Amino acid sequence: MARKSHVQTTINGETVEFLCESRQSLLEVLRDELHLTGAKEGCNNGNCGACSVILDGRLVNSCLVLGVETEGKSVETIEGLAEPDKLHPIQDAFLENAALQCGICTPGFIMSAKALLDQNPNPTEHEIRYWLAGNLCRCTGYDKIVRAVLDAAAAK
Amino acid sequence: MQDFAYIAANTVSEAVTLLDEKGQSARILAGGTDLIVQVREARRDVDWMIDIKSIPEVNVLDYNADTGLTLGAAVECYKVYAVDEICDAYPGLVDATKIIGGTAIQGRAAVGGNLCNASPAADCIPPLIVLNASCVIAGPNGERELPVEQFCTGPGQTAFENGEMLVSLKIPVPANNSSSFYLRFIPRNEMDIAVVGAGASVTLDNAKQTIVSARIALGAVAPTPLFAEEASALLAGREVSDAAIDEAAQAAQSIARPISDMRGTAEQRTHLVGVLTRRALNGAIQRVRDAA
Ligand SMILES: Cc1cc2nc3c(=O)[nH]c(=O)nc-3n(C[C@H](O)[C@H](O)[C@H](O)COP(=O)(O)OP(=O)(O)OC[C@H]3O[C@@H](n4cnc5c(N)ncnc54)[C@H](O)[C@@H]3O)c2cc1C
Ligand code: FES
Ligand code: FES
Repeated sequence: MARKSHVQTTINGETVEFLCESRQSLLEVLRDELHLTGAKEGCNNGNCGACSVILDGRLVNSCLVLGVETEGKSVETIEGLAEPDKLHPIQDAFLENAALQCGICTPGFIMSAKALLDQNPNPTEHEIRYWLAGNLCRCTGYDKIVRAVLDAAAAK
Repeated sequence: MQDFAYIAANTVSEAVTLLDEKGQSARILAGGTDLIVQVREARRDVDWMIDIKSIPEVNVLDYNADTGLTLGAAVECYKVYAVDEICDAYPGLVDATKIIGGTAIQGRAAVGGNLCNASPAADCIPPLIVLNASCVIAGPNGERELPVEQFCTGPGQTAFENGEMLVSLKIPVPANNSSSFYLRFIPRNEMDIAVVGAGASVTLDNAKQTIVSARIALGAVAPTPLFAEEASALLAGREVSDAAIDEAAQAAQSIARPISDMRGTAEQRTHLVGVLTRRALNGAIQRVRDAA
């Protein structure tokens, strides 16, 4: 049996402790150990962005981060966005614009969009498209997603 | 993924001692965007992953107008292009850091990791070569420096001896009237691996008409990124002209030894070396001329 490490990290503002093997990715830890299943596994190799989360303020693919690397760090996931009775403006904009179909890419797109708007509250369409280039969607054809992010920026 | 032990080293000597002890079964972990994928896909067998990101020296990002740039081995791409002085002094390197993967990859991927992975198509290596960058390498016997163009020895193979790691990259202050440029050909706009990459740096005279010196480097056309020495040398002293740039492009084509694979045929790659070398040179020259 592989040895497990004890890790303490902050997830969506709350201190969380967990045990994990070195080989478990942050994505596996989130989904399998902490039961935060919002981040999705698409490719498991950094290409699709379905697993996007924000680590210490920076957008990353959680499939390419080891769980043990998050000791002492801060992780934001899709579960931390909405308030109990209110969706986050980006979530609202995705609904309003029908920017999702099957939805598997959506948590990744929303976290990626959040990371963008956190650092650039008024991005151009061009900036949005470049920023989101690491997020793939098989269903929507992207236009509605880009419009949703533009709307979310305008709504702020 | 295979099982392995994870160790977060706090000092260079701790990491070097571990590397020396564990030999081939240990690997340095920087951003993990190559390493984690390789281990997960069982392309690399690793028993010890040594995370260097808590070591102060590998996080240094320091530009000084007298001494140049010290770029710690674990500094992520996004930090490089966030510094205005670096964008001004080393635009060719910035071109590369902006096209590696997408936003999330650039949040983790280090320039040093891109170099140490030693892919023939690695986007940062040609610009590092044309900018005269050198590797600061630490090992059991202390530190040594090596020019980047001597670092890669084959696909995934480097000049590291047992127990050695990259601490930082050093890039000298660019000369007056100089600039650099990197570009690659990919079939998509984003998120792809170079079919061919080309970097150039040029120094012009005060009138910005004559080339004082130039350096050209190529990616993805040989087992390692190539410094196109002859093509670079023949530009020295030449007036900026299409003819001079064409000559350099042809000389660059003559050293390309590309393979044919799913990304492109050898013939296409050789053609691209000519096109991209011209564009990289013209791009660098334009940047010198555009600068105030
Ligand atoms: C989706 C995706 C897209 C990508 N797109 C591009 C692209 O467009 N262009 C491109 O060039 N690459 C691309 N890459 C590859 C990769 O992101 C880059 O090569 C990146 O710069 C590697 O840096 P890292 O910090 O993640 O390295 P790591 O994965 O941590 O390390 C890479 C290798 O170098 C070794 N190493 C790292 N640091 C040191 C050190 N200090 N001393 C000794 N050895 C060390 C490691 O042991 C490992 O073998 C892509 C990868 C993915 C997953
Ligand atoms: S699952 Fe992480 S990028 Fe696809
Ligand atoms: S909504 Fe189905 S992949 Fe994007």
